[in-house]
Amino acid sequence: MIGMFEEGSIFTQLFVERLNYFIYVVLLMIGLWAMIAKNNLIKKLIGMSVFQTAIILFYVSIAVKEGATIPIYLPEHDPHGSHQPVGAEGSLEIADQSLPMQPPAPSAYTNPLPHVLMLTAIVVGVATLGLALSLCLRIYRAYGTIEEDELLAKLEEVDARTGSSMRSGRRRRAFAKKPKEGRAR
Amino acid sequence: MSEQAIIEDARPLFALLIPWVGMIGVVWAGEKRANWRELATFSAASAQAAVVLSMVPLILNGAIVEFHVWQIFSYVPLLLRVDGPGLLFACTASILWIATTLYSIGYMRGLHEHAQTRFYAFFALSLSATMGVAFSANLLTIYFFYEMLSVSTFPLVTHMQDKEARSGGRTYLGYLLFTSLCLLLPALSWCYVWLDGGRLTMDFIEDVGKIGHFGETTQIILLFLFTFGFAKAGLMPFHSWLPAAMVAPTPVSALLHAVAVVKVGVFCLYRVYADVFGSEVLSKMSGEEWTMVIASATILISSLIALSQDNLKRRLAFSTIGQLGYVVLGAAIATDRGQAGAVLHVAMHACGKITLFFCAGAIFVATGKKYVSELRGLGRRMPLTMGAFLIGSLSVIGLPPLGGFVSKWYLALGALDRDALWVVIVLLISSLLNVFYLLPVAVTAFFRNSETEEHASFDEAPWACVVPLVVTALGCIGLFFCSDLLLQMVGLLP
Amino acid sequence: MNDPIIWIILFPLFGSIAVALSGAWLRKACHPLAVASMLGSTWAAVETLIQAIASPSHEVSYLLGGWSLQLFPRGVGIEFRADLLGALIALVVTGVGLIVALYSRLPVERDTPGREPVYYALFLLQLCGLSGIALTGDAFNLYVLIEVAALTGYGLIAMGSNRAAAATFNYLILGTIGASFYLLGVGYLYLKTGTLNMIGIREAIEAEGASPSVSTQVAFVLVLLGVMIKMAFFPFHAWLPKAYVHSPTTTSCLLAPLVTKVMIYVMIRMVLTVFGVEFSFEYATWTEFMPWLTVIAIVAAAGMALAQREIKRMLAYLIVAEVGYMTGGIWICNYYGLIGSIFHVVSDACMTLCLFLGAGIILEKCKTTRFDGLRGLFIKMPLTMTGFFIGGFSIIGLPPTCGFFSKWYLITGGMVSQRWEYVITLMLSTMVMVVLFFRLIERMHLAVDESGRNLGDGHGDLGLSKDRKRFDEAPPSMLIPLLIAASVVLLVGIYNQDLVDQIERMLQPFNLPTGVHYR
Repeated sequence: MIGMFEEGSIFTQLFVERLNYFIYVVLLMIGLWAMIAKNNLIKKLIGMSVFQTAIILFYVSIAVKEGATIPIYLPEHDPHGSHQPVGAEGSLEIADQSLPMQPPAPSAYTNPLPHVLMLTAIVVGVATLGLALSLCLRIYRAYGTIEEDELLAKLEEVDARTGSSMRSGRRRRAFAKKPKEGRAR
Repeated sequence: MSEQAIIEDARPLFALLIPWVGMIGVVWAGEKRANWRELATFSAASAQAAVVLSMVPLILNGAIVEFHVWQIFSYVPLLLRVDGPGLLFACTASILWIATTLYSIGYMRGLHEHAQTRFYAFFALSLSATMGVAFSANLLTIYFFYEMLSVSTFPLVTHMQDKEARSGGRTYLGYLLFTSLCLLLPALSWCYVWLDGGRLTMDFIEDVGKIGHFGETTQIILLFLFTFGFAKAGLMPFHSWLPAAMVAPTPVSALLHAVAVVKVGVFCLYRVYADVFGSEVLSKMSGEEWTMVIASATILISSLIALSQDNLKRRLAFSTIGQLGYVVLGAAIATDRGQAGAVLHVAMHACGKITLFFCAGAIFVATGKKYVSELRGLGRRMPLTMGAFLIGSLSVIGLPPLGGFVSKWYLALGALDRDALWVVIVLLISSLLNVFYLLPVAVTAFFRNSETEEHASFDEAPWACVVPLVVTALGCIGLFFCSDLLLQMVGLLP
Repeated sequence: MNDPIIWIILFPLFGSIAVALSGAWLRKACHPLAVASMLGSTWAAVETLIQAIASPSHEVSYLLGGWSLQLFPRGVGIEFRADLLGALIALVVTGVGLIVALYSRLPVERDTPGREPVYYALFLLQLCGLSGIALTGDAFNLYVLIEVAALTGYGLIAMGSNRAAAATFNYLILGTIGASFYLLGVGYLYLKTGTLNMIGIREAIEAEGASPSVSTQVAFVLVLLGVMIKMAFFPFHAWLPKAYVHSPTTTSCLLAPLVTKVMIYVMIRMVLTVFGVEFSFEYATWTEFMPWLTVIAIVAAAGMALAQREIKRMLAYLIVAEVGYMTGGIWICNYYGLIGSIFHVVSDACMTLCLFLGAGIILEKCKTTRFDGLRGLFIKMPLTMTGFFIGGFSIIGLPPTCGFFSKWYLITGGMVSQRWEYVITLMLSTMVMVVLFFRLIERMHLAVDESGRNLGDGHGDLGLSKDRKRFDEAPPSMLIPLLIAASVVLLVGIYNQDLVDQIERMLQPFNLPTGVHYR
């Protein structure tokens, strides 16, 4: 275990220097797993949200800078001097003569762009989630279930009735029955 | 070849477009105006033949006619060119189309066939494609029309729309499209991509023999891809589509599967051997004899199979496969006289074999009989038909004074030019086999009395069936006497 | 109207708003409005393409919000940039949109009665998103537009039956995964290059030189993985057949030709403009196994298409196979492959449109698209069937349809790169297509029933000719768009050289490996 916390060791890289990224990958995998493996449609959607949130975490992480602040000009950087404290007499005159203007120092601010991007991504995520939930609702109303295996069985039945199944007759029946029996016992 | 004058003229294009106009006329007239429909087909056929024949004097004067239609790729044009062999083939097909039109009127009406409009429409389309092949000036152009022919004959082959037609159509299209898409297309792309840095048009005049720039192995592979890719030539083992296509009505078998389609196949092969590889390259190649071996094997095997066929049309189909082998053999011999024989045989065999098919169809219309064994005593009942059958048989066998003799003669001469004595022997054996499978038909008809038959009275097929077959039978004789003219047109002999 | 490029997107955008508003009191106005907006959009796309061809740099650029390149560095504002490729794809998108809009009146009335305003609004937004994808020059903006197209697509599909809603859910899950992977990839790109402008990204990647960083490689894989999920590349194809089969007719007509093809375009765009040819094609592991993946994809999809007994489902699997063609065309990594891919995007859009329009008519007339309900269709609807099979012949690749020419370039590319596995697969899948379509022709043409018995009078006559109502052609509002699409298939084939000239011109700046001196 010697050297675990040393510079450059895997452990340090994962849990100290890049903890954010580590967490985002873990979240991403959890979300992906839930989307693919979960049987309940709502749980799939929860997975989807986790998945998208992981990406948001990633984006926000890349904007982070140590010792930087939110991207609003500090008074000393402000080219317009609008952060200048208002004069004691209440005069509104711009005091750009009183304080020498500084060139903006990018290192002092976090990058605003990823945050802005994530606003859009959040909006997209919300829209997707809303649409997906309404689909769930419709599926539930139509088929009376939001469990994927039951749904698939029902869909196979419907297809068999309307004659648009992808499988041939005998196999179709075998596929349709299996999950049901498993559930009953 | 270089001193030939090139004439820019749209006549080849007209020959292609006239069937389309005819097709529109046919569809417009429809089932209700059957006479107009037949008139449309008839005028299309005549107009096409007139256009094609009008080019004969030009070609005889040693000129070639060219017409640039469209640019396929930046460097490959869709170029139509009329030269001797092409024109000879086009003449054969378009003149026989007139005969076939008359014949099909008799045949289709005599049998009260359904969907005659579709029949005539696609017939016209196939003739357009045939003209295209005859007049193509480069490999890609010829490929285009070749594919068009495959697809446009499918409705004709499956005309009966029943179970037999289904299996026949499947075999037909399966063989033809498999070979053209999986063997021919790669060979084509190969030439166009790799040859001389991919700048060639594979023109039949300018780029003859350029394929020799490839290595030896590549040349042989390409030769075989082409040979089997043009499966319409009916070389074994890709011949089974032709007997399968016999489910079609007889006019289709007659014109398309004795003349147009199969001749398109051998004509393409002739082009490949003579105008893509060229005799120089071909004679230098080491594996090239194999094409001759395959052709010879096809001739002999198919003749043997023909012997065993009782169904008249199937017997004729296998005979056709054998005769196609002659043409391929002649083209593969790669001597001037051999190639002249090959081109002549296209016309000679066409005339003979179409007569035979016409007769088979006429017999079917008049009596409903399909099998050789049923033909006893038919000679008295249908003397004209069976007489024509005899003449056609003799022409195919290759006896003077019939057309088939001339082409076989030149084939033999060509083989001797090359010191390939075995080819001559193959020709002789095959002629003998021809005698065995063709003559008995006529003999049975004329010299055997039917046992059960009602006394044989004179009872021919409708005149529209009989006239064409008499005409083509006379044509077989006529071709023998004007073979010099044909040779001059082909331009392969001084 | 000096900047037609932006009107390509604005017409459907405003059109969708207008449709949604007008639909409230005048439902009849929806369809004309949709057609009008697509007309405008198509006009703008044509105009843009003309401008792009005419301009010396062969591109038209538009900075949203007035962040002009003169005043600000590249990458500050969102750029819409139509180079020839983008303009071409935009034209394909809007053109297909226009034809489908013309076609849509009857099927939409039948499939979504009473909800036409919503339908057409979504329809136009979908086209807005798709044409936006073709035009945007900003990697993140691309993500947003992908999601716009995807969300409206989910809506359009789910407006069909309940079965469609269930199918949409699958699509939504997979689609979101795909788009999110893309978004992640863009994140890594931004992390590395500090810009979202596509050209800016490429400049930064090129500056990295011969040894690209891990971040760039991760970004590459993530972006392409995302795009491949969205384009229904074989192992990720499961959403596509279900979604297209159960969706309303018009939806499948719109989505099938466009969505996968536009995602192929995104892949090409990523290779050419974002990562750059040097980086993408030198990525040895990737370029080594991608052609093999496409081989698997084509073989699997063609096999599954063979197993189908229903037209729309068969066509859906065909699309998956075609996606394999185009992806392969890109990753055989040469000039001709890319020409073939881009050409095939165009021609596949045309021919898939043709086929789906035809299938829609069959569904409308026969109430089924199952193979056993197709008998005698050639007699009933000769024109429709002609249009349908022109599309079919194009898929097979028979000259002079456009499918032949695009396939020709793909094969050429495969030969030049000596990826024989790809060339052979193309040949074999061509044979599968022959079987697929001639099987259909047989069904429609022959009078033989399932068990092989002869029908009718046993002499091939179906008895239909005696029926007085033998001609039962589709209504003109559906038939004419189909015939337009069919003639486009032929025209693109006949004038393929002009198209290829433009494609060659658009590929010129990228210095692609050619393998042989072609001209």
